[in-house]
Amino acid sequence: MRGAAAQQVAEEPVFYLKDEHAHAEGGSTSLGFWIYLMSDCLIFAMLFAAYGVLGRNYAAGPSPQDLFDLPLVAVNTSMLLISSLTNGFAMLAMEKGQVKLTQIWLAITILFGIAFVSIELYEFSHMIAEGATPQRSAFLSSFFTLVGTHGLHVTFGMIWMATLIAQIARHGLIVANRRRMMCLSMFWHFLDIIWIGVFTFVYLMGMLR
Amino acid sequence: MPDSSFSQIVFGRLTLESFPIHEPILVVTFIVVALLGIALLGAITWFRWWGYLWHEWFTSVDHKRIGVMYMVLGIIMLLRGFADAIMMRLQQAIAFNGSEGYLPSHHFDQIFTAHGVIMIFFVAMPLVTGLMNFVVPLQIGARDVAFPFLNNFSFWMTTAGALLIMASLFIGEFAKTGWLAYPPLSGIDYSPDVGVDYWIWGLQIAGVGTTLSGINLIATIVKMRAPGMAMMKMPVFTWTALCTNVLIVAAFPVLTAVLVLLSLDRYLGMNFFTSGFGGNPMMYVNLIWIWGHPEVYILILPAFGIYSEITATFSGKRLFGYTSMVYATIVITILSYLVWLHHFFTMGSGASVNSFFGITTMIISIPTGAKLFNWLFTMYRGRIRFEEPMMWTVAFMLTFVIGGMTGVMLAVPPADFVLHNSLFLVAHFHNVIIGGVVFGMFAGISYWFPKAFGFRLDPFWGKVSFWFWVGGFYVAFMPLYLLGLMGVTRRLRQFDDPSLQIWFVIAGFGVFLIAIGIAAFLIQIYVSIRDRKKLADLTGDPWNGRTLEWATSSPPPAYNFAFTPVVRDNDAWWDMKQNGYKRPLEGFRPIVMPKNTGAGVILAGFSLVLGFALVWHIWWLAAASFVAVLITAIGHTFNYNRIADFPVAEIERTEAERTRILAGAGVAS
Amino acid sequence: MSHADADHHAPSHHEGEGHPEGTLKGYVTGFVLAAILTIIPFWLVMGDVFDNKNVTALVIMAFAVVQIVVHMVFFLHMNPRSEGGWTLLALAFTIIILVITLAGSLWVMYHLNTNLMPAGHEMSQPF
Repeated sequence: MRGAAAQQVAEEPVFYLKDEHAHAEGGSTSLGFWIYLMSDCLIFAMLFAAYGVLGRNYAAGPSPQDLFDLPLVAVNTSMLLISSLTNGFAMLAMEKGQVKLTQIWLAITILFGIAFVSIELYEFSHMIAEGATPQRSAFLSSFFTLVGTHGLHVTFGMIWMATLIAQIARHGLIVANRRRMMCLSMFWHFLDIIWIGVFTFVYLMGMLR
Repeated sequence: MPDSSFSQIVFGRLTLESFPIHEPILVVTFIVVALLGIALLGAITWFRWWGYLWHEWFTSVDHKRIGVMYMVLGIIMLLRGFADAIMMRLQQAIAFNGSEGYLPSHHFDQIFTAHGVIMIFFVAMPLVTGLMNFVVPLQIGARDVAFPFLNNFSFWMTTAGALLIMASLFIGEFAKTGWLAYPPLSGIDYSPDVGVDYWIWGLQIAGVGTTLSGINLIATIVKMRAPGMAMMKMPVFTWTALCTNVLIVAAFPVLTAVLVLLSLDRYLGMNFFTSGFGGNPMMYVNLIWIWGHPEVYILILPAFGIYSEITATFSGKRLFGYTSMVYATIVITILSYLVWLHHFFTMGSGASVNSFFGITTMIISIPTGAKLFNWLFTMYRGRIRFEEPMMWTVAFMLTFVIGGMTGVMLAVPPADFVLHNSLFLVAHFHNVIIGGVVFGMFAGISYWFPKAFGFRLDPFWGKVSFWFWVGGFYVAFMPLYLLGLMGVTRRLRQFDDPSLQIWFVIAGFGVFLIAIGIAAFLIQIYVSIRDRKKLADLTGDPWNGRTLEWATSSPPPAYNFAFTPVVRDNDAWWDMKQNGYKRPLEGFRPIVMPKNTGAGVILAGFSLVLGFALVWHIWWLAAASFVAVLITAIGHTFNYNRIADFPVAEIERTEAERTRILAGAGVAS
Repeated sequence: MSHADADHHAPSHHEGEGHPEGTLKGYVTGFVLAAILTIIPFWLVMGDVFDNKNVTALVIMAFAVVQIVVHMVFFLHMNPRSEGGWTLLALAFTIIILVITLAGSLWVMYHLNTNLMPAGHEMSQPF
C-alpha cells in the first residue's frame, strides 16, 4: 500500500473533483426502499414468531382444522400471484414507454388486489360469525393479526397504485415516476413473498396439526 | 367503544378530572412550565423570530440544522428526565423510619417509568441521532443525506413522540409500569387508565422517525461517500454510525410489532400477552428484549466512534488498529442479537437456554475489550492534549471498564438470580449508559460544537461540568452497587431497614453533584455564546483534526464542500494537510440542493393529534387525523419540484468570505 | 438550467447501476414456476399424499423456500451485483436476524413452557 501511495505522490495529488456532474436525484432510492422492505420484513417476522409461539394456544376454542378453508386460500393465493404477473406487465409497458398500457396494467393489478382483500375479508367475517373472533384465543389473535397486517399492506399498496396512475397521467413516465413504479413493484412482489410464508406456515401447516 | 353520552363521543375518556389540579407538585410544575413557555413564545414573537425559525430551521432539510435540532431536543428532554431522577433520589433518601416520603406511590411509579423512557428514547436517541446526522455527511464528503425530506420528517416524528409523552404530565397520567411496560401489569386489566397508552403511542410515533432516519443514514453512508473513500477508508465514527443504523433498522421494527400486539390486547381485547385464553405475558418480555438489547448497542456504538475520533485527534496520531476496530464493531453488531435473554434469566427457561445466552453475553466483552486496548495504544507515546473532549474520553475508559465488568458478573446466570432487578443492576446500566453514552455525547458535543457554530465551548465551565458529572456519577451510583449486593430491589418507594438510609443519602448527594454538572453545562453554553468572538474558530480546524469535516469552514456552508473531496487515506484531511492541499478559489459550479418543505412538520403534527386521540379514545379525531396524515402524505408525493440549483455567485461570495477570514487568521488558504 | 426539468428527460434514460429490468419471458417463467410451486404443496396437504405429517411439513417448507427464491430472481430481479452487492448483503443480514429471532423465540418459549407447565398441557407439546 505504501508503495502505491508513493507512486501516486510523484505526480500532483488530486484532493477534489474539479469537473463534477450533479448526482441524479434519487440515486439512493432503490437501495433505501429495499432497506425499508427489510425492516418491514422483520415486523412480519415478529408476527410470525408470535404465531409460532402462541398459534397452538386454542384456549379450548376452534383450531385451524375447524376454521381454514384451503380451496378458498388457494383461490386467494392465485389472485395475489396473478397480480404479481400483471404488475410485472405494467413494468414492461413502462420500460417501453407506453403510458396508457402501464396505467391499464396497474389498474388490473388493483382489481386483483381488491379480489384478494375481498376474499380475505369474506374469510374473516365467516370466521367471526362462527364465533372465532380475534379475542377468542391467542391462536386467533395471532392469526388475525398476521394475516390482517398483510392485508393492510396490500390495501396500502393499492392506494399507492391508484396514486401512481394519477401521477403518471399528469406527468407521464418521467424518471421520478419510473423510480416510484420500481419501488411499488418491489413492494408488491415483497408482499407476495410474505404471502408464501403465510399460506405455508399458517394455512397449510395449520391443517397438518 | 363510546356509549351514547355526548361528551364521551366528543372527548372520549378525557374529562375535567383528567387534569391533575389536585396534585400540588404537578400544578407547580405546570405553572413553571407554562410561564417559561409563554416567556419563550413571547420572546420569539417579540423578536419576530417565527419566520426565521420556520423558514431556516423547522422546514429545513439541511442535515446540519436537523442534527442541531435533534441535539436541542435531547438536551431539553435531559432536563425533564433529570428532574425525575432528582425526585426519585429525594424520595428514596427520606422515606425511612415510617416516613412516606413526599411522593404518593402512583406518582412515584410514573416518575421512574418516565425517567427511563425519556432518558433512553428522548435524550440518548436524539443526541446520538443528532450527532450522526450532523457529522456523517461531513465526514464522508457528502452535501446532505440520501433523503433530505425524510430526515426532516424523522426529526419531527421524534419530537411529536416527545411532546405526547410530555403531555401526559399535565393531561391524565403516565404509565406506572416501568420503562418496558411488562404485561400483565401493562394490560388493560391492571392498567385501565391512559398511562400505558401514552407510552405506546409516544414510542410508536417516535419509532417511525427513528426507523426512517436509520434507513436514511444507511443509504447515505453506502451511496454517497466521496470518491476514493472505500469502506475501509471510512472514518471510524462513520463505521459505528453505519452499524448503529443497521441495528436501528433491524431492531425498531421489532419494537413496533410488539407495541402493536400490546395495543391490540389493550384496545381490541385480544389475547397475546394476557394471562387467560392462551396468551403468554413472557412472550412480550421475550420480544421486547429482542429489540431492547440491540437498542443499548445502538446507543453505545456511536459513542465508541466518537471516542475513537477524539483519541486519535488529541493524541496527534493515527488510530491504532483501525481494521480491528471496524471488525470489533461489526462483531458487536451481530452479537447484540444473540444475548437478549440475559435480561430475563430468571424467567425459567432452564439451564441450556440460560447458559447459551450467558456465554454469548460474555463473548461480547471480547470485541469491546479489543476496542479499549486500541484506544490505549493510540494514546501510547502520543502527544496527548487534555482538552475537554479528551477528558471525557479518559473518564469514559475508566468508568466503562467498571460497568463492563459488573456486566460480565450479571452475565453469569446463577449470579443474576441473586442480582436480578436489584439496585446492583440499576447501578450497572447507569454505569455503562452514563459512563459510556452520556460521557460520549458530552465528548462529541464539545468536539463538534465549534464545527456547528463557529466558536468553541468555554473550557473553564466545561471542566467544571466535567468534574461534577464524573464525580457526581461515582457518588451517586457506587452506593447503589452496595445496596444491590445487600439485596435491595429497584423501584421501591419506601424502606423499613434504617441502616440502608445512609447509602441513599450519599446517592442523593451524588445526584446533587450531577445537577451542578448539568447547570455548569448550560452556563458553559451561555458563556460561550457571550464570548463567541474570543472563542471563534476561524480556520474550521480548531483541534488539528484528521477527518473531512475539518476541511470545510465552521460553520460549514449549506453545500458543505464547494468541490467534492477526493479521498486517498483513512485520515483524509490529515493527508490533505500533509501533502500540500491548496484550497480551490475558482472554477465553482452550481450545486444541486434540496428545497425546504413544511410537509414534515405538518405530517408529524397530525400524527401527534392521532396519537393523542388514540390515547383518549376520541375516535372521530383519530379517524380524522389519520385521514389527514394519509392525504398530506399523498399530497406531498404530488410535489415533484424538490430541488434547486445553488447559484455559483453565492458560492463565490461564500468562498471569498472564507478566504478573507482565513487570511485574517493567518492561515494560508 | 433548472434541475427539475432534467426529471422530464426521455424515458430511455437509465438510472443507477441498480436494478436489471425484467423481460416478458422472465415474468412468465417466474409465474409458471411460482404457480407450480404453489399448487404442489396445496395438493400435498389437501390430498393427504404422505402418511407422515412431519414429512409433509418439511416438504412444503422446502417448496416455500424455493418459491421465495423464484420470486426474488424472476420478479424482484435480484442478483449478486445489484447496487454493488448491497441488496444481497442487506437481505443476508435480514435473514440472519430473522432466523435468530424466530428460532430463538421458539426455543426460549418452548423451554419455558416445558419447564413451567404441568405435563400434558396443550402448550407443552413439542413443536
